[in-house]
Amino acid sequence: MTGGVRRKNPILKTRQPTLPPALRSRVALGMTAGAAVGRLDLQQCEQCGTVQYPAREVCRSCLSGQLVWRPQDGLGTLLSETVSRASMELYFRERLPWRVGLVQLAAGPTVVAYVHAACAAAPADVRVEVALDRAGQAVLVAMPLDAAVTLAEDPRLHDMTCDPTHRKILVTDGKSEVGQAMVRAFAAAGASQVWVGHAEPWKQPPGFAALAELPQVTLVPLDVTDGQSVTELAGVIGGKVDIVVNTADHHRTYGIAGRRGVETAQAEMEVNYLGLLRLAQAFGPALRGRAADGDAGAVAWVNILSIFALANFPPHGTYSAAQAAALSLAQCLRAEMRPAGIRVVNVFPGPVDEPWNQLVLPPKIAPKGLADAVVKALKATVEDVYPDPVARDWLERWRADPKTLERELMAASPSSAG
Amino acid sequence: MTAAAGYDDVVVTAPVTVPYQRYSTKGAHWFLGRAVAGLLDASGLPKSGIDGLCVSSFSLGPDSAVGLTQHLDVSLRWLDHIPMGGASGIVALRRAARAVQAGDASVVACIAGDANRVDSFRESTARFSLFSQDAVYPYGAGGPNVSFAFLTAYYMRTYGATAEDFGKLCVAQRSNALHYPHALFTTPLTLDAYLASRMIADPIRLFDCVMPCAGAEGFLVMRRAEAERLGLPYARLLGAIERHNPFPDDPIQYRGGWVLDRDALYAQAGVGPRDIDVLQTYDDYPVINIMQFEDLGFCDKGEGPGFVRRNSFEVGGSFPFNTCGGQLSVGQAGAAGGFLGIVEGLRQVTGATLGAQVDGARHALVSGFGMINYDRGLCSGAAILGAA
Repeated sequence: MTGGVRRKNPILKTRQPTLPPALRSRVALGMTAGAAVGRLDLQQCEQCGTVQYPAREVCRSCLSGQLVWRPQDGLGTLLSETVSRASMELYFRERLPWRVGLVQLAAGPTVVAYVHAACAAAPADVRVEVALDRAGQAVLVAMPLDAAVTLAEDPRLHDMTCDPTHRKILVTDGKSEVGQAMVRAFAAAGASQVWVGHAEPWKQPPGFAALAELPQVTLVPLDVTDGQSVTELAGVIGGKVDIVVNTADHHRTYGIAGRRGVETAQAEMEVNYLGLLRLAQAFGPALRGRAADGDAGAVAWVNILSIFALANFPPHGTYSAAQAAALSLAQCLRAEMRPAGIRVVNVFPGPVDEPWNQLVLPPKIAPKGLADAVVKALKATVEDVYPDPVARDWLERWRADPKTLERELMAASPSSAG
Repeated sequence: MTAAAGYDDVVVTAPVTVPYQRYSTKGAHWFLGRAVAGLLDASGLPKSGIDGLCVSSFSLGPDSAVGLTQHLDVSLRWLDHIPMGGASGIVALRRAARAVQAGDASVVACIAGDANRVDSFRESTARFSLFSQDAVYPYGAGGPNVSFAFLTAYYMRTYGATAEDFGKLCVAQRSNALHYPHALFTTPLTLDAYLASRMIADPIRLFDCVMPCAGAEGFLVMRRAEAERLGLPYARLLGAIERHNPFPDDPIQYRGGWVLDRDALYAQAGVGPRDIDVLQTYDDYPVINIMQFEDLGFCDKGEGPGFVRRNSFEVGGSFPFNTCGGQLSVGQAGAAGGFLGIVEGLRQVTGATLGAQVDGARHALVSGFGMINYDRGLCSGAAILGAA
């Protein structure tokens, strides 16, 4: 252990995690899709344009059944507010008092929202944002118009974020360019401890030796393809890790016909899918158990996936399949971590500028850009990160119609990932 | 709009209260059943003498009113279930009166009651409505205190009401409650104690909040001839109104549906605000009392604070109001809170109060308000009861 990590008082009971109320109607869950990427969506009527809130089944104005979720600017007026000093739910009682208010949106509806400490007293101009609370549900927050104010600056709302500052982080593979960038980004973001996993100690890639010199960094042996290696490390540091960042990745550039045998595909599955499973089995319970452990308990699990998880990119066909498997497992992990309030953040970069994407045309996201996007996501309250233009382009096409995207990708060559 | 027909010789009688308890292990069926037993006892009718039943309860589930008919083994030709909280008493009275008037029923028992186990209030608040579950409860789970704090803060800012104004009403209600045997609060309240009580959701203080409890209320609706045959003291139903979701475009609530219907109410009853001898408002949170003073025409919108300052509200005061102490001092027995004012108003105009009597009370105005479905109370209603 490095200095500066506060030791836990062994006499005190470890607090159990509590969550804000998670119950929502199915239609209200629609706000989550935008919230997952940090975007405020409200229902709007396709017939008459009326913006609705709370979520409805039919338009409050013309009664049409065609309500669609559309991005909103959230501008409005804080009409009235209160400081709630009593609550019926444990989560809120442990964190009293809460500032909440009624905001009339310029778009029409009046919304109940948390009110950021930096907002002026009602009546005041505010901008309503959406956030994911500790239960992973979308909630509205009234923010001051000054866009520089962050959620984390309000001590109550800070709890919704997974700010890496003063936290202890495991980066599962610190040798790849992405892994190295991730370690540097967390060190720069104020992490108190970064454990850096490295398999095959005889391999010393450029930059890795310098990484080990960072004061926050401790190198730890970790091979995600080896169950014993994962279990052993979890036995040593599992009870201390606040954020797991799984950077372990095995990426080859084959489809089906380009290579005989299944060894490459097996290796991709061993790292990207089974590696995640091994990590989740070994570290998941420890994180869940420490979700309420003091001011900086366990908060998040980050999976660096690939946009190829959404739809198969035939030139990287077996890799896409392994990513799809990893995404599916990450959804399971999210469900299992949710009762503790641990946020599972899935990151879907487009092609990263690293050797196995040599033949992919730009734009490609630099490892540092990817790492910075991860830190930014943890400081906010998002759970799905599409950090670059290619990823966002794929996402838009996939959301619009997965079948069309499949046909487009059939024509893809290694140089047409976007 | 055509004016509604009057209520002819429909009368209200047999006010019944099943004593309130802070917590009880008994279910809603117990309280509702005891209310019916109380109505039979008060009227001398056998079970078979009641052919209509109107039920309000938050905690009857999974049963509805029909389940209660088998639970109590009553055979009926008319049945209704009014899930409208603080407006349920007025709405039940209107429904029952029309049923009797039209001959669909001869004697309708209107009852409201709720259980209150130690965790009941949290459970019912968490799932109070779809909008509340989706868009209110997740923001601090403060319950109605927070919703009314928004309205109270807005009203204070807009119309200059002060904590002292709200406190004056709470102190007067407590003073009235000291004479009422079923009030759960039995010690005097001073303005200083009110002002010193802790903040729950600014500007709502502890003594602005009603205390959830278990209990029931009930009354009978029948023709005057039937009441006279039974030898029951009764009040005439002179007029009644209801309104739901009245001003959907108001961004925040500062008025209720009474504004739209009060002229019809007074016209139907043939009396005006000056003829009202005693007022029973729905009082979960004092700001709603002031809103009712304004919206029922006792003063203009925004003049509520001045009205409070120049009147006194005790029995014997210049404006006798919530004469049994209201929910603020008696307790809020769930849906029975929407019946409390009718039962007390009935007792006042029949000279049968359990507590302090307003001398010569001939006209009682009873008002109901209910259902914070999302950001505002949706239901409002009022009725005027006249002495025989």
